[in-house]
Amino acid sequence: MILINCPYCGERDQSEFSNGGEAHVARPENSDSLNDKDWGQYVFYRDNPKGIFYERWVHSHGCRKWFNAVRNTATDEILKIYKVDEKTPKIDSFTNTLKTPSGEPKVGSGNFTVKK
Amino acid sequence: MWKSPRPKKTYDVIVVGGGGHGLGTAYYLAKEHGIKNIAVIEKGWLGGGNTGRNTTIIRSNYLWNESANLYDHSIKLWENLSQELNYNMMFSQRGVMNLAHNEHDIKEMKRRVSANRLNGLDTQWLETKEIKKLVPIMNTDNLRYPVLGAAFQPRGGVARHDAIAWGFAMRADEMGVDIIQNCEAQSIKTRSGKVEGVKTSKGFIRAKKVAVVASGHTSVLAKTAGVRLPLQSRPLQALVSEPIKPIINTVVMSNAVHAYVSQSDKGELVIGAGTDGYNSFTQRGGYDVIEETVRAIVELYPIFGKMKMLRQWGGIVDICPDASPIISKCEIKGLYFNCGWGTGGFKATPGSANVFAHTVANDEPHKINAPFNLERFSDGRLIDEHGAAAVAH
Repeated sequence: MILINCPYCGERDQSEFSNGGEAHVARPENSDSLNDKDWGQYVFYRDNPKGIFYERWVHSHGCRKWFNAVRNTATDEILKIYKVDEKTPKIDSFTNTLKTPSGEPKVGSGNFTVKK
Repeated sequence: MWKSPRPKKTYDVIVVGGGGHGLGTAYYLAKEHGIKNIAVIEKGWLGGGNTGRNTTIIRSNYLWNESANLYDHSIKLWENLSQELNYNMMFSQRGVMNLAHNEHDIKEMKRRVSANRLNGLDTQWLETKEIKKLVPIMNTDNLRYPVLGAAFQPRGGVARHDAIAWGFAMRADEMGVDIIQNCEAQSIKTRSGKVEGVKTSKGFIRAKKVAVVASGHTSVLAKTAGVRLPLQSRPLQALVSEPIKPIINTVVMSNAVHAYVSQSDKGELVIGAGTDGYNSFTQRGGYDVIEETVRAIVELYPIFGKMKMLRQWGGIVDICPDASPIISKCEIKGLYFNCGWGTGGFKATPGSANVFAHTVANDEPHKINAPFNLERFSDGRLIDEHGAAAVAH
């Protein structure tokens, strides 16, 4: 379970929000000259990184406004939240203090016992 | 049960991923295609990924011909697998029931029952009183979404998740396959459009062919070879209760209210929950997802209301846009993918491994998996199984 800091309402439980998938996917400009392969890329293919992911969220059970987030999908840690009209933040690296062989966090990953 | 050799310098085939699908691929490559110089590399322990994190449901009641062929190929292999591997799969054909809760469910499921029967599958439609006879503890009328009928496949059932990984591993090992655990694939090396080998936590291993069966992490590995796959990885959860006396002798699934339940031989209720609504590689999942499932379970089976849940876990599933898998070659020569099983890969383990081994050995798909290629995401021949895939929608 994660908490998301809605830029309009403040910090709320993730279950109040809906995820909109990868952010900044632009509709191709030259759509009438696009071949099937490139259309397929636009329609069906999205990035799926383990690490930094730029994604869209909507506060569907709150203000119902869309915004963007940068999240580390290996830990679910939200690194940055920004409004849709704000400049895309550049986050190339981040400090992952949770070091395990597969890069997963220790707490609750299912591979390790949670220590109190 | 199997040796743990040090990796050789070079192999004919490296299978990345030591789950049921990967170990099965190695087994069928050795048994049916005469390839013996094979390594299976696994980052953790055998069957410790999604093979050990599912609810072991086996069925083939999918809508389209392509899927029915693929999943029923698998059931037919399951039916003989204990004998073939000389290892008890604990395969129990206790039937799988899919509940209908509204008019749309009824129409969709009756259509699927008819499609299944045209494909020679044993699916049938049950009225509510027939469901009551099979599962007397079910509350069919005094709930928000009443039970109006069900699609039932008697040949469906459950099996032991570890057994299929261990069974394939033992027999593959006997045929000379190197099974290497605690060996994480870090990247796939290619040169001028051809695969060269795999960089692992135990060094670089050269290979003529690389077969990637890494479930949730497949797209991460594919990216290292410059291949983009239409997959999204999400946590899928399951949980088990304290053990009780036998009370439910079939598998009951409900897509509409999202509750799956069966009872293990130990007596635990095995409950399947949903996926989180966002991409993640953390093997845990959100609490609200379990809450929703448990709420539906208690409403459908009021008798379970005071039971305690013992364990909960999550696995990372790779979901395809059409809820059907990809068993395919790609633009890199010698690189093959078996992925996109989403929330329902366990049932397909032997069938998937069997046709994938054929694809890897011959560099051509088997006729069963030919439609499950990557090209379908540009030519539009999707195999839309969102209705039958149940969780991943």
